[in-house]
Amino acid sequence: MYDVLIIGAGVIGASVARAISKYDLKVIVVDKHSDVCEGTSKANSGIVHSGYDAKPGTLKAKFNLIGNKMMGEFCQRYRVPFRRNGSLVLAFDVNEIPKLEALKTQGTLNGVEGLEVLSKEQVLAMEPNLSSQVAAALYAPTGGIVDPFELTISQAEVANQNGVEFQFNSLVSSIVKQTSHFQVFVNDTMIESKTVINCAGVFSDEINNQLSAHKLKITPRKGEYCLFDKEVGHFVDRTIFQLPTAYGKGVLVTPTAENNLLIGPTAYDIDDKYDNSTTAEGIKEVLSKASQSVKSIPTSFIITAFSGLRATETSGDFIIGEAKDVEGFYNAAGIESPGLTAAPAIGDYLADLVTKKLNAKMKTSYIDGRADLVRFEPLSVADKSKLIESNHEFGKIICRCEMVTLAEIKDAIHRPVGATTIDGVKRRTRAGAGRCQGGFCGPKVLEILSKELHKDPREIAKFDQQAILLVGFDKENL
Amino acid sequence: MINKDIVIIGGGPAGLAAAIGAYEAGNKNIVILERDNLLGGILNQCIHNGFGLHTFKEELTGPEYSARYVKKIKDLNIETKLETMVIDISNELIVSAISENEGMVQYQAKAVILTMGCRERPRGALSIPGYRPSGIFSAGTAQRFVNIEGYMPGKSVVILGSGDIGLIMARRMTLEGADVKMVVEIMPYSGGLKRNIVQCLDDFSIPLKLSHTVTKIHGSTRVSGVTIAKVDDLRNPIKGTEEYVECDTLLLSVGLIPENELSRKVGVIINPKTQGPIVSESLETSIKGIFAAGNVLHVHDLVDHVSSEAYLAGKNAVKYINGLLEELKMIDILASDGVRYTVPSTLNVNNVEDLTQIRFRSSDVYKDAYVSVYFDEERILHSKKRILTPGEMETVTILKKWLIERPNLKTITVKIEKE
Amino acid sequence: MPTKELTCINCPMGCLLSVEFDETGIKKVTGNQCKRGELYAAKEVITPKRIVTSIVPVLNGVEDMVSVKTAIDIPKELIKQCVIELKNIKVEAPVEIGQVILENVCGTNVCVIATKSVERKK
Repeated sequence: MYDVLIIGAGVIGASVARAISKYDLKVIVVDKHSDVCEGTSKANSGIVHSGYDAKPGTLKAKFNLIGNKMMGEFCQRYRVPFRRNGSLVLAFDVNEIPKLEALKTQGTLNGVEGLEVLSKEQVLAMEPNLSSQVAAALYAPTGGIVDPFELTISQAEVANQNGVEFQFNSLVSSIVKQTSHFQVFVNDTMIESKTVINCAGVFSDEINNQLSAHKLKITPRKGEYCLFDKEVGHFVDRTIFQLPTAYGKGVLVTPTAENNLLIGPTAYDIDDKYDNSTTAEGIKEVLSKASQSVKSIPTSFIITAFSGLRATETSGDFIIGEAKDVEGFYNAAGIESPGLTAAPAIGDYLADLVTKKLNAKMKTSYIDGRADLVRFEPLSVADKSKLIESNHEFGKIICRCEMVTLAEIKDAIHRPVGATTIDGVKRRTRAGAGRCQGGFCGPKVLEILSKELHKDPREIAKFDQQAILLVGFDKENL
Repeated sequence: MINKDIVIIGGGPAGLAAAIGAYEAGNKNIVILERDNLLGGILNQCIHNGFGLHTFKEELTGPEYSARYVKKIKDLNIETKLETMVIDISNELIVSAISENEGMVQYQAKAVILTMGCRERPRGALSIPGYRPSGIFSAGTAQRFVNIEGYMPGKSVVILGSGDIGLIMARRMTLEGADVKMVVEIMPYSGGLKRNIVQCLDDFSIPLKLSHTVTKIHGSTRVSGVTIAKVDDLRNPIKGTEEYVECDTLLLSVGLIPENELSRKVGVIINPKTQGPIVSESLETSIKGIFAAGNVLHVHDLVDHVSSEAYLAGKNAVKYINGLLEELKMIDILASDGVRYTVPSTLNVNNVEDLTQIRFRSSDVYKDAYVSVYFDEERILHSKKRILTPGEMETVTILKKWLIERPNLKTITVKIEKE
Repeated sequence: MPTKELTCINCPMGCLLSVEFDETGIKKVTGNQCKRGELYAAKEVITPKRIVTSIVPVLNGVEDMVSVKTAIDIPKELIKQCVIELKNIKVEAPVEIGQVILENVCGTNVCVIATKSVERKK
């Protein structure tokens, strides 16, 4: 019998798991994918919102503000790439300046500090690549950018090293409430747990609706993005938003925490919760909308396009807390933007509720931090040299584009909640995330995974189990 | 810090020929730094035949072509460092490299020759809409799996792009047991050699769909199919021409890009057309003492040309070290009227021995047109070509005596003329 | 008289050749714009041949596979059969470049030979 079963290993599930792992409880996280961070958490803007967007009094406003404030120290402790680069909301017409003022007022009400409406000249001085059509902008110095993969992975690692189990490739088919516990059916086996926390992203309505009479409805809202080469990573330094207009919500232009340039997203409600495909129209729209904000988009530097689904709940707000009619069942549902910003705070909050309910005690052995993590690329020549002396495998570069070494890839595989797939290695080390998108290192990473995990190369997948890369031997079909 | 006269970055066909060029020009203080665990570069996975017709007057496979050069390097006792990756070149020609066995090694060079080759354009550069499943490979990655590791990356295959690697892989995958459904080419002509179209596609009845492209990738885990469509003159898909093709693999052969990360880092000026360094007649880049040759300079169709170009770079590096290279770039070489680029971009007549060659590509297909070379306003060469295509590199030869006869020459222009 | 259409491979022009022939040989080639087309047509219509390249597994080698080719070109219609004959071939390291991997492939009297060397694993 588990004390806590968490459904979903995205950034919310990982945040809850990390926060609960401080307590002396038996905890398991289940996810239908083969790794953490495989749903919405892997395909989003990576923005740490300052918090002027959400309506005052909403959970979105509340957790956004707490999340934003704690992000700096949090990311430092857990070695997550994060930068408080500030953000700008652009207006393209002087008539829209009152809207910026209104956003500023709303933000101030929410507790956002430092908001300022800047003149055209001030804005262009800050960001010379912005369109000359800019009339004014709202500047939010507390806005930031974070690596969403690392924000998820780091917390899963901390949770795991403190005893939280992770069970992947495990789809929850049904949940039955017994008097004092839940029976959760996963791949035809039953797991029993005293409490259940629903962090199932776009599927969180389906989980909730099995147990609670207070039905939820999540509509997946697709967002398409273009990612650019690091070569143009400083095209803008701040995150550039557009003021929502009658033509819809604008798209953003931002550097990422890993110094790429990111443009997107679109926002279309769709029916299929598995549809993370990109469309020609979507990419066109992203580029055309972004071209309002900036002078000329360096399209020849696009390295990939992707899309993600936001979990938009009908109420418009986050659904966080114990279901009123199901004791021991907790929701973290409808976590769309600013969900990434809010995640660590949501994790803390839910952990607090659950551990109080279970009368849990703090562990004495809790380790607050990650096992040592080394990135070779940013080091100085002298430090690189020292590192190779300490471990020769730092001398073997596997990914040329991002300069990722054998030592780092092996570490990513053997760390807590380690990588088992090509994408898993990519998100942990950036091998394959660069401009050649794994053309050179893909076969090498596959070989390393196969060797380290003692698996046949034909079993190594890009992400989920079915996404294998090699289908057989040469001549096998002859 | 190790002192070396000539440091060659990359042990593929260009690096090997550059080393031999330098050696035969009289400098034996050379090191070749190669990141892989064997010399020969991409030739190792090009197991098909068709290499060496110019160099050796016989038809060899990639590994055989490479082996001849490797043998020569060994015979000459030229130093090579394998599994050694250069991570930095400084303006003072200090080359920093790392390897598992030796850690960080730094060389103070007198001349550096860039021979890093090129890499394939990835899918992202095309922004093909659809899912991002497994089963999408660049043709070269698939080539590595099939020809080096012995694994098949798919059973039923669509190939996008009819560059030579795509064509070659159509044959290789077919021979090893895959069903290659078609090769889809967005242009109205193929970028590959005719010989490859006949021997890799026609021989196996694989259709080549010109003026078509892949408009969507299906399958959320592994590729389950692609949608292809006809394109108009502006290369935009034409509505209503879409066709679904079931396959589990999409190979991309959509172009090669010279790999100039190191060159850019040290500040070598790059030609946006070739994505390779701008070089003089001696293949010297914008930085003194740094030379470039092979696919890092501009993408070649034939390895024989890579070898001859790199040999020259090696020879010139020695001239430079011996103080025999004039640094002044006196004459500009311009590409115009249907010529997409030229290599080199500048010329100093005093550095030319008897003749010099200008390599270029046309920007479109031209039939029965003339390749003309102008010395300022004067047309000095005018040769009829039955056909010029962007897929085949062209060469014009300039004799030194023509240059000497025109001491005030400022600009050489290469252009394509209708008559 | 039978005719055959083929594409000349000598240059990017890719002339569409039309070849008339009978059992005594080529009668007429049209569509070519130079002499090379005629020569190509003669060979390609009467006895089209190809060099076949593939790889075979190596036992106890520093590499798992070795590339191979037919020592000379073999009749085009035997390409597939040639690869099938290589299906169950494995060679013991060391392998020398040029070493015979399979003799008399498809009854052609042509050998399949290694196109690279693979050292024995230590």
